[in-house]
Order: sequence, then structure tokens, then C-alpha cells
Amino acid sequence: MSAGKEPVAVVGIGQTKHVAARKDVSIAGLVREAAQRALADAQLTWADIDAVVIGKAPDFFEGVMMPELYLADALGAVGKPMLRVHTAGSVGGSTALVASNLVASRVHQTVLTLAFEKQSESNAMWGLSLPVPFQQPLLAGAGGFFAPHVRAYMRRTGAPDHIGSLVAYKDRRNALKNPYAHLHEKDITLEKVQSSPMLWDPVRYSETCPSSDGACAMILTDRAGAARSPQPPAWMHGGAMRSEPTMFAGKDFVSPQAGKDCAADVYRQAGIKDPRREIDLAEIYVPFSWYEPMWLENLGFAEEGEGWKLTESGVTEIEGDLPINPSGGVLSTNPIGASGMIRFAEAALQVRGQAGEHQVDGARKAMGHAYGGGSQFFAMWLVGSEPPQS
Amino acid sequence: MPELLKAPLVVEFPFTRSLGPVQSAFLTGLRERTVLGVRTSDGKVLVPPVEYDPVTADELRDMVEVSATGTVTTWAWNPEPRRGQPLDKPFAWVLVKLDGADTALLHALDAEGPDAVHTGMRVRVRWAEERSGAITDIACFEPYDGEAGTEAAPHDGQFEDRVSGIVAQARLDYTYSPGRAQSAYITAVAERKMVGERCPSCAKVYIPPRGACPTCGVATREAVEVGPRGTVTTFCIVNVKAKNLDIELPYVYAHIALDGADLALHGRIAGIPYDQVRMGLRVEPVWTEGGRYPDHYRPTGEPDADYDTYKELV
Repeated sequence: MSAGKEPVAVVGIGQTKHVAARKDVSIAGLVREAAQRALADAQLTWADIDAVVIGKAPDFFEGVMMPELYLADALGAVGKPMLRVHTAGSVGGSTALVASNLVASRVHQTVLTLAFEKQSESNAMWGLSLPVPFQQPLLAGAGGFFAPHVRAYMRRTGAPDHIGSLVAYKDRRNALKNPYAHLHEKDITLEKVQSSPMLWDPVRYSETCPSSDGACAMILTDRAGAARSPQPPAWMHGGAMRSEPTMFAGKDFVSPQAGKDCAADVYRQAGIKDPRREIDLAEIYVPFSWYEPMWLENLGFAEEGEGWKLTESGVTEIEGDLPINPSGGVLSTNPIGASGMIRFAEAALQVRGQAGEHQVDGARKAMGHAYGGGSQFFAMWLVGSEPPQS
Repeated sequence: MPELLKAPLVVEFPFTRSLGPVQSAFLTGLRERTVLGVRTSDGKVLVPPVEYDPVTADELRDMVEVSATGTVTTWAWNPEPRRGQPLDKPFAWVLVKLDGADTALLHALDAEGPDAVHTGMRVRVRWAEERSGAITDIACFEPYDGEAGTEAAPHDGQFEDRVSGIVAQARLDYTYSPGRAQSAYITAVAERKMVGERCPSCAKVYIPPRGACPTCGVATREAVEVGPRGTVTTFCIVNVKAKNLDIELPYVYAHIALDGADLALHGRIAGIPYDQVRMGLRVEPVWTEGGRYPDHYRPTGEPDADYDTYKELV
């Protein structure tokens, strides 16, 4: 056995068609669908899976306490280790990373990782806005929480008002090329985005994410597993998680330090010196459109204050120099717990050359990114078409 | 030291559930006084049924009908029933293996007392008079000394007007306490004073205080009165009505750095047209009679704060 970490490969990816409401399936049926598609992609069976790592948003959302216990049958986890990961909106990313660590550490050879949300049966908005005694109720939901930070970004960088609409217009057009995306707004125009109602000024309706039902699964394996893979694997070149408190004196909500540190760790592992030049595309967690330019800066794709210029100049379009969210992103599909894993999986799909109509030509290195809570949890990975250099 | 505040916190949601094919057949069956199970790959009959085989992970769809009579496999006496439980008098929680089934179903047994219950006793379903396609369609079990039921029989799981979803009322009752530091803060605010706490290590002033510095990880004790005036560091204009929130739209939700505080708290801005609120606006709290916290913040009339003076607090 060689020293150091075992290289980790993604050999199976499965998603459900994300929609507003999957009334035809239980939660078990939903996760099963994604898991079976990932198994089929990898041409593996339940018997080939050594462990299952699952993630979802807080239990309050669907009101099922510890749903992983009830999902063991559906995911073939009986007699195997099954773990649940909790990190709010970033959970889909953290879940994949916990699974990858089990392979990298040679604890297991082949791990099924999966994340889901059934928002139609959930109370996400109220689950996030409990009537806590002695606290003055001022807001409900996430939009009002993040909108002031968007305004702070605009003030700090001088970004013009229309940048947020450009992102939404791009992501919704990208979603039309992704059969699994929730929103397929065939007649979308920039004017429609810009004339949509202002919900939490400066955030418009069309600049926010939908509520979706969906699940995403991946099968991660070691070198031996990758060698048997019928399809080209995606190789993990780096992965990291970072946390910081929701609020503290000196917290930079526009560009949190934990996000910068997380990206720097991933780049160090992957040997990336210049992310803008060396990374071919990124799937980043953008639930409100302005977070595209904000994260471009936080992740080092642009200098501070310059992220919006990449968006404005078309660099982040699917045919641009650094496509961001060719899948349509969170703005087009948001089963909360799964949204981070979809970012990770879409990055892997791209470097496997299997993204279909939203494939980015020549994608060899791609980043998957997720954040959660009050911009306090970060999870990222970088995947490539070639194995990492040892 | 001020009184430690406490109050009830009730978290209550009517969660909906899509049942999927197996639970849909099971619950619709109960409405029709029919108990369905599912047959596994190795021939066992599971009641209540599951969608996927607990041993092989195979999809299970082979429904069977079992009897409404069965045997108690274990039990526990419940002397003080709580809200929402099947019976409003003392009863036994029982696991019942219905005749024809290989697994047991959890439900309630109507019995006179613990002495009237034993493992191995025979029971039968007491159907609810009004049935809707829910587990409560079985009102409870009751003692039964008649004939045993038969083997499980095949059933196509099909019914007219199938139930495809349920509403599960979930409720959690907490006693909430904001703790020492926030109790002191809330008590002071009600007396129209804004009192935070300073970290002994980094000297940052936290308001509301949390009792510990999130950066240094040390307890904070030193009370520091700040404000009441402050600066709007950033804000949004809310056009979305939130239920249970009686604030006229649109309104301004702002982050306000009170003078002397090292991070912003959140409040509503009024006393100025919403579209004239700006970053740097100087504001002060406005209390209403008997209010526990400021109703809103209004402009003080001072010149706006220079961006450089508050940009570290944005």
C-alpha cells in the first residue's frame, strides 16, 4: 500500500428531475431514484457499496427527525455504515467531502453519497424563522437576510445595478440546456428579469432561487474502482471545508474569511496557482444572483471589487472564458440540502465530458462550491479529468 | 444580576407527506378496514409495509392482506396519556403481530390496567368510526378471544380514490431561556438602555451580547452602555409580507451600528420615506409605550456618517 492519501474518483452520478413538487414519491422513493441512477451510471449494484453518507438541510424543514434512519432500506445501507452530515445549505458539499475522506483514508473503497430535499413538503421559510421569545420579529426567510449584504457589495465595489439581472438571465438560459434543472423558462429575457418584482430591494424575484424537490447522488471510489469504471471518472484534486461564526465583530459578510481560506486550501492541494487561468469552469452556490460576483472575488477568480466585471463582460457565460454554473445553478434548481452536492456533481460531470447540452468544451478542471447558514459554512472541491499528480 | 428570562416556545408545523405507492395502499386500506402488508424477497410479510427490502434493498410492491387480529409481542403501560395520543385514558403501548404478518405494528391497546395486559395476549383492531386514510383509522387495539385469522392473502393494493398524501401535525414544546447575557440585555432594552458586553481579550463590544466572544472564545462580563444613536451600515427594502408579522409594506430592514458597538444589530427604519434611507444614515431608537424593544429607529437629523467611519462594520 502506498503512503499518503488514496486518490478519489467519481464514477457514478445520478440526479432526479428537479421540480416544484414530487407528489408521486415518498422521501424514500426520491432518494432511491437518484441513487439508482448513480449506480446505473457506474454499472454497480448495492452490493458494491461499502458505506452511505447522506446529507440534507435541518430536520425542521420536512419535520422528519433523523430521516437517515428511515432511509437505510431505500439506500441499501443495511449492514453498512451510514452517516448523516449537517452543515445547513452547504451540506451537499460537506456530505460529498466526508464521503471522499472515507475513500482517501482507505477506510472504504466505494461510497455512495447522496443529498436531498423535498421542499414541497417542507417549511423552510418558517423553519428558518422560529418565533423565538423576547426577539423582535423583523423578517422571514433567507432573502431579507442576504439582501443587505448584496447592497454592501454594491457599495464597496461600485457595481452597477444590472449585474444581478445579468446573472439570473444567464443561469436561466443555461438551465434550458440541462434536462434535470427545475426552472425551464423558455421565453426568458433580460427585460423580464429586470421587470420582475423587487422583493427585498436590491434583490428581485427573478434573481432568487426556486423551491425544488430533488436528490443528487454520487459514487466515489478508489483507484481500483476507477480502473473498473465503464465511464471516464472525475478525479478529486482537492477538497476542503471551513467554518466561522454567523456573527462576530469584524465579520466580512461580503467576502467571508472562511470562504477565502477554504478556497486557498483547495488550490494548495490541487497545485492551482492562478484559479482564473487554470480552472475551466465553476459550479458555485448562488441562491441570489448577486452572489456570483461576490463569490468570484471570494474564491480568487477576480481581484476584490472586480468580480462584477467578469459577469458584465460575459466571461461567466457558458461560452465564456470562465463559465459559472453552466447547469443553471441554484438560481434554477434548489432542493436546499441537495444544492451543494449538485454543484459538486455538475463539476464532475463536466470533467467527465458528460454534461450533454451544457457541456463546456474542453473542461479539464472544475470547481464545485457550496456555502450555508449565515455565510458561515463553506465546502469546496476541485475535480479534474486526469488523476491528481502524486 | 437581573432575573434569568424564560418563556415557552412552541414550534408547530402542519407537514405534508407524499406517501408513495406502498404507504398509499396501506393507509387507503385502513380507511377500507383492510390491513395490508408487503411481501419481501424471501417471503416474509411486513406490517406496516415498507417500500424497500430491509435485507436485500429490493423494491417491494407485492402487497398482501393480513387479519385484523393478532398477538401482543411486547408492551409498555402509559399511565398519563399526553395530547395527541390515541386514547385519553391510561392505555398500553403495544407491538402487535397481526395474524398473517411476520413483523409487529406499534399501536395502543385499550385495557383496564397493566394487570390486564401480557405478552402473548390476543387482540383485534378497533376501527375508528370516521376513517380518512391514516394510522388513526385504527382507533386502538382491544382484547379479543375469538378465532385466529388466516394466512396473508394476495391483494392488488388498488382502491377507489386512493389517499396519496397526509398532513402530519408536528409540534415541539420548549422552555426557552436566552441565558444570562441576553436576559440582561433584554431587561435593559425594556428600560430603554442599550447595554452590550466587552470581550476582555479583544475589547470588542457585542450587542446583543452572547455571553462569550465568538472570536476569542472567552466569557464576556463587562457591561457597556452603547448608543442609543447609531449608523445604518446597510439595509434592504422589504416588499414581502411575512405572516404573523404586522408591519406595513414596504419597510426598511437595516443593520445599525450603535455608537460604541463593534458589530451591527438589526432594526426597522421609519420616520423617513423608505426610498430615502441610505447607508450612513444616523438614527436613534423609538420606543412605544410598554414596548420591550425599540419599535423602530428614526433619523436623528445629523449629517450622514462618512463611509470610512463604518465600513469595517458592514
